[in-house]
Formats: sequence, C-alpha cells, structure tokens
Amino acid sequence: MKHKTFFWFILPTFLAMLIFIFLPLISIFLQSIHTPHENVLMTVENCDPFGCKKVTSIDHDAINDLKKTEPLGKFVGLDIYFDRGHLAIENVKMLWKKDNNFFQFIKALSDLPFYKAIFFTLTFTFTVTPIMLVLGFLIALSVNTISKKLRGIIIFFSLLPMIVTPLIGSIILFWMIDSRGIIGNLIQWLLSDPDLSLKASTSLTWIMLIVYGVWHAIPFSFIVFYAGLQTVPKDQLESAKIDGANKFEEVIYIIIPHLMPLITFVALMQLMDNFRVFEPIVGFSAEAHATSLSWIIFNDLGGETRQLSAAATSSILTIIGVIILLSPVLLRTWKDFKFKK
Amino acid sequence: MKKISSNRFSILIYSFIIIWVFLASFPFFWTFWGSFKVELDFFSISDWYNAVTGKNTFDTYNSQFTGAGYEGAWVQEEFWRSFVNSAIVCFFVVLTSLTIGTLGAYALSRSNYKYTFWLLITALIFRAMPPITLVAGYLPPFFEWNIWGILPTTIIVLVSINQPFTLWMLHSFFQNIPKELDESAKVDGCSQFQAFRHVIIPVMWPGVVTTGLFSFLLAYNDFAVTAMLLSDENRTMIPKIAAFLGTTYTEGNVMFAVAAVVSATVPLFILVMFFQKKIVSGLTQGAVKG
Amino acid sequence: MSNKSIFAVLILILAAGGIYYFSQDKIDVAVKGTGECTIDARVSIVGNEFPAIQTVGAGAKECTGAEVKTNLTADHQKINVAGMSNDPAEYTSAIVANTSIVALLNDDLIRPLDDLVKKHGTKLKKNQLITINGKVMAVAFMANAQHLVYRKDVLDKLNISVPKTYEEMLEAAKKIRESGLAKNPIGGAYKAGWNLAQEFNNMFIGYGGKHFKGNSAEPNVNSDAGIKALMMMKSLSDFMNPDFLTHDSNATNAEFRAGNVILMNMWGSRAATLTDADGVSEAVKNGMDIAGPMTVGSGSIPASTLFWDGWTVAKNISDAEAESTFIALMNAIDPSIIKDENIRKQAVWLLDGYTPTDAARGVFAAAEMKTTPYPMLPYAGLMHSAIGAELADFMQGKENAEKTLSDIEDAYRAAAKEKGFL
Repeated sequence: MKHKTFFWFILPTFLAMLIFIFLPLISIFLQSIHTPHENVLMTVENCDPFGCKKVTSIDHDAINDLKKTEPLGKFVGLDIYFDRGHLAIENVKMLWKKDNNFFQFIKALSDLPFYKAIFFTLTFTFTVTPIMLVLGFLIALSVNTISKKLRGIIIFFSLLPMIVTPLIGSIILFWMIDSRGIIGNLIQWLLSDPDLSLKASTSLTWIMLIVYGVWHAIPFSFIVFYAGLQTVPKDQLESAKIDGANKFEEVIYIIIPHLMPLITFVALMQLMDNFRVFEPIVGFSAEAHATSLSWIIFNDLGGETRQLSAAATSSILTIIGVIILLSPVLLRTWKDFKFKK
Repeated sequence: MKKISSNRFSILIYSFIIIWVFLASFPFFWTFWGSFKVELDFFSISDWYNAVTGKNTFDTYNSQFTGAGYEGAWVQEEFWRSFVNSAIVCFFVVLTSLTIGTLGAYALSRSNYKYTFWLLITALIFRAMPPITLVAGYLPPFFEWNIWGILPTTIIVLVSINQPFTLWMLHSFFQNIPKELDESAKVDGCSQFQAFRHVIIPVMWPGVVTTGLFSFLLAYNDFAVTAMLLSDENRTMIPKIAAFLGTTYTEGNVMFAVAAVVSATVPLFILVMFFQKKIVSGLTQGAVKG
Repeated sequence: MSNKSIFAVLILILAAGGIYYFSQDKIDVAVKGTGECTIDARVSIVGNEFPAIQTVGAGAKECTGAEVKTNLTADHQKINVAGMSNDPAEYTSAIVANTSIVALLNDDLIRPLDDLVKKHGTKLKKNQLITINGKVMAVAFMANAQHLVYRKDVLDKLNISVPKTYEEMLEAAKKIRESGLAKNPIGGAYKAGWNLAQEFNNMFIGYGGKHFKGNSAEPNVNSDAGIKALMMMKSLSDFMNPDFLTHDSNATNAEFRAGNVILMNMWGSRAATLTDADGVSEAVKNGMDIAGPMTVGSGSIPASTLFWDGWTVAKNISDAEAESTFIALMNAIDPSIIKDENIRKQAVWLLDGYTPTDAARGVFAAAEMKTTPYPMLPYAGLMHSAIGAELADFMQGKENAEKTLSDIEDAYRAAAKEKGFL
C-alpha cells in the first residue's frame, strides 16, 4: 500500500488515539514526576454545628505565588516511584538484608502494598489467561460441530457471562457464593464443612476471583475463535480428510495455524485485561484479601484526599508491567511481521 | 466400529456444551427468577431456599412473584431515560468505532512498512492505560471547554479508548483474508478504497460483526467512563443501576437494580440473535479461499 | 440499493432523535418553580445523591429567573474538584460533608460567605455556620453519627440491659450467642477500606487517641490507644459473621433485617428506613430500637464521630452567580421544608424548628454526649486511606497490632510526603 493511501486510511483512528490516549499519557507521566508544593500549615479556629476547635489548615496565601509560577508542582524525579506506596526500594533493601530465608522475604514483601498487588495480579493473569484460551477454543470447536439450528441459542447463552454487566454480575455471584447462598451451600455440602466461608479466607477468595475471571472471559475467546472457524478454508479440511487425518490432527495442523493471528490477539488482550483486573475485586469486596494495580489507582483517586501523583505513578508502572508481560508475544509478532515481508 | 466412536464423540461434545451452557446461564436464570422476589428472598440471608420458594415475597404480596422491582425501576425511577441514553451511546459508538477502525485496520494489514508494526505496538501500549486514570485526566479540560456531561463527549471518548482493541481485533481478522483478493481487484482497475469496499468488506462480515458486538458490549457495560463523564440526567444504564445500589449513608434498592439488569438484557437477546445469523451467513456468502 | 437507503434513513432518524433528545433535556431543566424565589444568574450544584440531598437539590430548582442545574451522584467527590477548578467554575456550589470539604479547602476552591450570610442568611442558626479561621465557609443542614441499633425484644428476653459501653456489648453478645438466639449477634460495617478505617477511628477516639502529634501532620496512631482499639475490634469481630471484612453498611443492615444481627453500630441516617424494605419480619420491625453511641475503656467520649452535611459556594465564579447560588440554596433549606413528614424523616436536620423524630434520637444523643466531630484536617483523608488499606491484615490475624500500626504510619507518611504535608 502506498504511503499516501495508508495515511488517509489510518488518519481518523490515529487522531482519536492521539488526542484521547497519547496526550493524557504525557500529562500522567509529567504528574508522576512532580508532587504538589510543600504546604505551609497554620493553626486556625474552626467552628461547626458541634462546637469550635483549634486545628491545622493550609495557608493558601503563602503558597499561591509558587503555585502560579510552577503549576505542575515540585519536580521530584523518580521519588514517588521508589516510595513505600510503589516500588519501596528502601523497604525491599532492608527486608533483603534482614531475611536470609527467601520464603520469608517473599512473605515480608507481600506486606508492601505494591508487591501485594503484583503477586495477586500475576497469579490471576497467568491462571485465567491460559484456562480461558483453552476452554474458549474447545467450546468454539464443539459449537461448530453441532446442528446449525441450535447454534444461535447456544451462542446467546454462551455470551451471557460477558453480557451481564460485571458490576451486577459480580454482586449476584457474590451473593450466590455467600455461606448462605446457593453456591456457598453447595460447596459446604460437597466438602461437608458447614462453617466454610469463601469470603473469609484469602486462598479461597483468590480461587473464587480466578473462577469468576475465567467464567467472565470465556465468551470472548469463544466468540472470536468461533468467528475465526467460519473462515477456515473448506478445501484444506477436505484434502486433509482425504489424506486420512483424524479430527485431532485436523485441529493441530490446519485449524490452529489458521487461527494463529486470532489466538495471538486474544492472548494479548487477555494478558493485558487480566493484568489490569479491577472490577471483580470491587464487586466481590475482596480488598482485604486481594488487590491489584488498578485497584491501587482506584483507591488513590477515590479517597477524600485524592493522591493524583501516586495514581499517575501506579498507572505508568502498570503500563511498564504490561510491556514486560507482553514482550514475548510482541517479539513473536515482530518475527511474523518480518517473515511476512 | 467407527460409527460408535463418532456417536460417543458427539455425546461427549453435547454434554460438554450442556455443562458450559448451564454454567454460563445459571446465574442469569437465578437472577431472572429472583427479580420477581423481594430483596430478603433474593439474597435470602436466612436460607437460600427462600429464593426458590419466595417465602417473604408471599408474606408481603400474597403471591410468590412481584413486579415491584420492575415498577420501581421503570416507573418510579424512570429507567427508560437511561435506556434511551444507552441506546444512543451504543449506536454511535459502534458505528464510529467500526468505520474508523476498519479503515485503519485494513491499512495496517495491507502495508508492509516498518511503521505499521510500530503503530500496532503503540496502539497496544495505549490500551495498557488503566481507564480510571485516563478519565481522571479528562476532567479538567472537559470542564474547561464546557463539554463535560453530554453524550457526544462520552461517545468520542469511548470510541477512542476502545480503538486499540478494535484495531487489533479487525487487524487479526483482516490477516486471515488472503491478499490476492484485493490485489486482483486492483488489477481489475479498482482503487484501494473500492477494493476495500466491494471485495474485502463482504468477506469480512463475520469479523466486522464480531468486532461490532464487542464495541457494543464495551459501550453498553462501561462504568468507569460513563459514571465520571455524564451528568445525572444523561446517565446511561450502568451508572444508573449503580446508583440504585446505595451508599454508606443511604439504603439502596437492590431489587430495582436487579430488575433493571434483567430488563436491559432483553434487547441484547435480539442483538445476539441477529449477530449469530450474520456470523453464519458470512460463512456461506464469503468467498474465502485458501 | 434499497437496503442501503433504508439504512441511511434509519441513521438519520436516530441522529435526529438524538439531537432532539439532547435539546429536550436542556429545556426540561430550566422551567420549573413556584416563583417564590427569584435569582438572576446561573446556579449549578454538585453533590451526593441520597434523599436529603435530593430534597435540597429540588428546593434550589424551585427558583426562577435563571437556570438551576443539579448533578447529584455518588461520585461527586471525584468530579467536584475538577468542576470547580476552572474559571468560571462549572459548579457554583458543592454539597459536601466534613470529610469531603477538606479537598475543596486544600485546593482553595470555595469562597467565604460572611457577606452573603449577612445579606441573605439571617434565617440561619449560628450552629449551621461552618467557620474556618473565623470565616464562614459552608452552611450545614444535616448531622449524622454512628450509634447503637439493637433488638429490644431479644435483649428483654435475655434480661440484658442496653449496652452503654463496648465492653457491655461484648458481654451481651456472649450471652446472646450462648442462648442460641443468634450465632453472630454483633454487626458492624467492617468492610476493608473506608468503612473499616472509620470503625478504627471511632474506637481510637473512644480510647482517647489523637491521630496526629500536636498540631503537626506527624502521625500518632502507633500508641497505646491504637493497640487497645485494635484489640477491641478484634474481640468484637469474634461475634460477627466470619465474612465481616466484606460487609459494608448495606450488608450489615441486610443482616439486621434478616434477624441475624442483634447489636450493631450503625449510621443515624440509616435508622429511619432501616426496616422499611419489603418482607422484613414483624419481630425485627417491632423489636428494633436505637440508643446513643457507646463508650469504650471507661472513657467519657463516645467511640463515634459526628458528621455534618452542608453546602459551599465556589470561589471561581462571578459575585452575581455566588449570590444567586446562595439565595437558591437558602430557599432549598428553608425551615418550612421539614413540615413535610417524609422530608423530616430523611435526615437529622439542623434547621430551625426541627424536632427529632424517633429515628434521630441516636444522633442527638451523640451530640449531647460530646462526641468528637470528624476532624477537618487537610491530611485527615490520607490517614483514613492508610488505615483502611493496612488494617485488614490485622483483622485476619496475619499481623500483630504493633506491626499494623507502624505499617499505617509508614503508608500515611509516604502519602503525606507526596502531598507536601511532611
């Protein structure tokens, strides 16, 4: 394709991403290396319906000039990246010196908010992604073999986990797995442990979040693979049959190679989405047991005093995390790309 | 011998599908059934069996079923307003996303220069941005330009932040389509755009429709963007439903939310039926050759 | 071809419908009102969405002469700072509480109201005026606090007197559990995060703790009071549903409605409608009663905090807009509104002539017992977040009290440094 044609084809989507993603990205990066100016505090008397009291307040006159000349705040370089709320370099060094047992070191590390979040996020990402890929693929293959009349209704039901709004879907499931809910009761009955509560234990909460993650994500891989299966060339399949290939060989040698771009696509998107896991944690009120990077950002932005620089830093770290996570897949794509040329 | 094994095989496949369909749809049926109960039954803290029998519903309404949740959501809380807002947002998001997305993805899949690769990678990295941070960044300029709170702003934002996904998805589908197809069209005297319009798009239906479905679902289910960028009279369904749930200070009305969720699934049912037909018809019409 | 033209027409219709719909909305907002209150400049209010604030919003909209817009949403805290930072500000007023006014004060976004109070606010009672450094910065209209909500019928049956302290609450809970009337008789909004931190604040203050050293921003929770507060919370949690770390006030109330919880520390604003939901049993409805907040560790100050909700006026707007906003909101909190029984029930109003409903007794008792108001400190929110994030480990028994408290201080220090307080 000629450069000029390419340019006109790509322009609208490029502009949209430039304005609404790239520019905010720059401003978020700038925010992550600046903090608000040091506040000048003063003691004042405040009164409310319940009486008067001497308290501390910010002296705005003292810092207004500074705010005007340097609206971004104080430049701090990578300080926020290294503070306790993020990479916690100091604490990690200290722990490394103190604990000579590696297992203990990891345990102590998971007490720091960032590492706690990372441990859960990675576990979630590396369990949910492969499971949903395999299950989605199997379901797509199965649905593709059954009678066409049935397919519509089955596709509809298969899409439900994705259609039902995560916000509400997780609340409903949250009640179903309550120790008195239907699933909670079923599990208690299966394990014959009447006091078992999925919500009170950290490991069970993790499993629950992972199961929900898989359940919610299967429709995505299923429907993409199903649509992809529709484009598998028939003559190839037929010639394979003539050559005496069984169903299993058909899948391995024809279908999977044909679907490879889609498999890469689903894997990329899922790795990324799972790395940014957020909604299930809020929906299942799992903050006590599991947090993620996105949850930390949400928490920093949601408090009574919004910690913008901290949230910006966590966002940049998330992006770096995603890049590291995806690099093997990206490398593969790069090779494919060069090969294609 | 062979017959038996193939029979066994299809039994295996059917039971696999049945298990999956059950797992996928059971929570939904449970919700549908429960939406006609009172809150105490639906969440049945004393005994889950109440949700099946509707014991407290019967005590209150003298019947095992009640439409109170639906009435509350649609009549009292005017849920239809959010419904209309959602319909507008979804329609324009899908339309715009697909238009600019197919153009871009087609170009990316048919160009071999290095920059196409880097563009794709950049788009991917853009997608890594957590949407909450993006939205927090939008607020100051949107208030400044006085475009906060209205539907068009939200539509453009939703289109933009989902563009990386749309591009990648369509790009993967386009890669499945042999280049010879549009090359030969160009030999026949078509311009690049004509080749795209008349040769590629008809073959691309399954991919385009699937991508459209996802654009739709992303817009339909979005909470992070719509909750922060829409004023309360322009709210779409999801933030409205979230508002039914209550806060620390006040009681929510969970049954309104449940009824709203169930009723919001009805148009989706129709949509998926339509979608399913398209995806299969793509198979028969499409001129895909290996 | 005909397919295509049908499609085009369809799009046109939808687009036209959309445009019509947008324009409808704008008109809809402007024309309403009874004519009692007239203003001459735009008013735009952002606030939370619970019923009492809906009432205030509707009251402001009664004014005629200029446009009055309201945006009442649970996410108000996330948008009010951005919406008041520009010049002119999108919002001319934000309805806030003593927790959330701090963000506006920290960024210097609201204006002193002294002149406007003199001119238009003569109806206000003195205790409605929130003054900071001698200047009126907000006008409060309702109060809130956490206090005891309990089942009178159950306590009577077991001959237990209404607990006045948390120690008595523990004893009562023990008796109730032994009697078999309830397995987990205590309820509490102990959900990890804001709720749990709020319960810690209550308990910490009840033991006489001070969150900060003197008038500085240096944290002071790693103290004797802190350890005692944690121990008490742990003992209470033994009598709670094992899932207590996921229970916010909604979930706790649901447990109460189902009859599983007998004693709980609950928000006063929830008391009036607590048992209104469909299907609540008569025993719970008739048995529910409320009392003042409890003390702890033989302290005299209740282990609770007082809250107020009030409105502010933006700084970055013209004086005419500020005046109109003030007039409209004065109209909204006119003492005459509480003549309506439904509105009277919605909150513990701080308005002239308000007599407490039955459900408001708890909050009034809290005020009489000299409960500490939630501190309006610039860095109080940071401390709250730090407590909320670090406390869950202790409640699960993963850490001891000292470690948790020092973690809280570390987390707070990192946040306070980033915000320029340390």
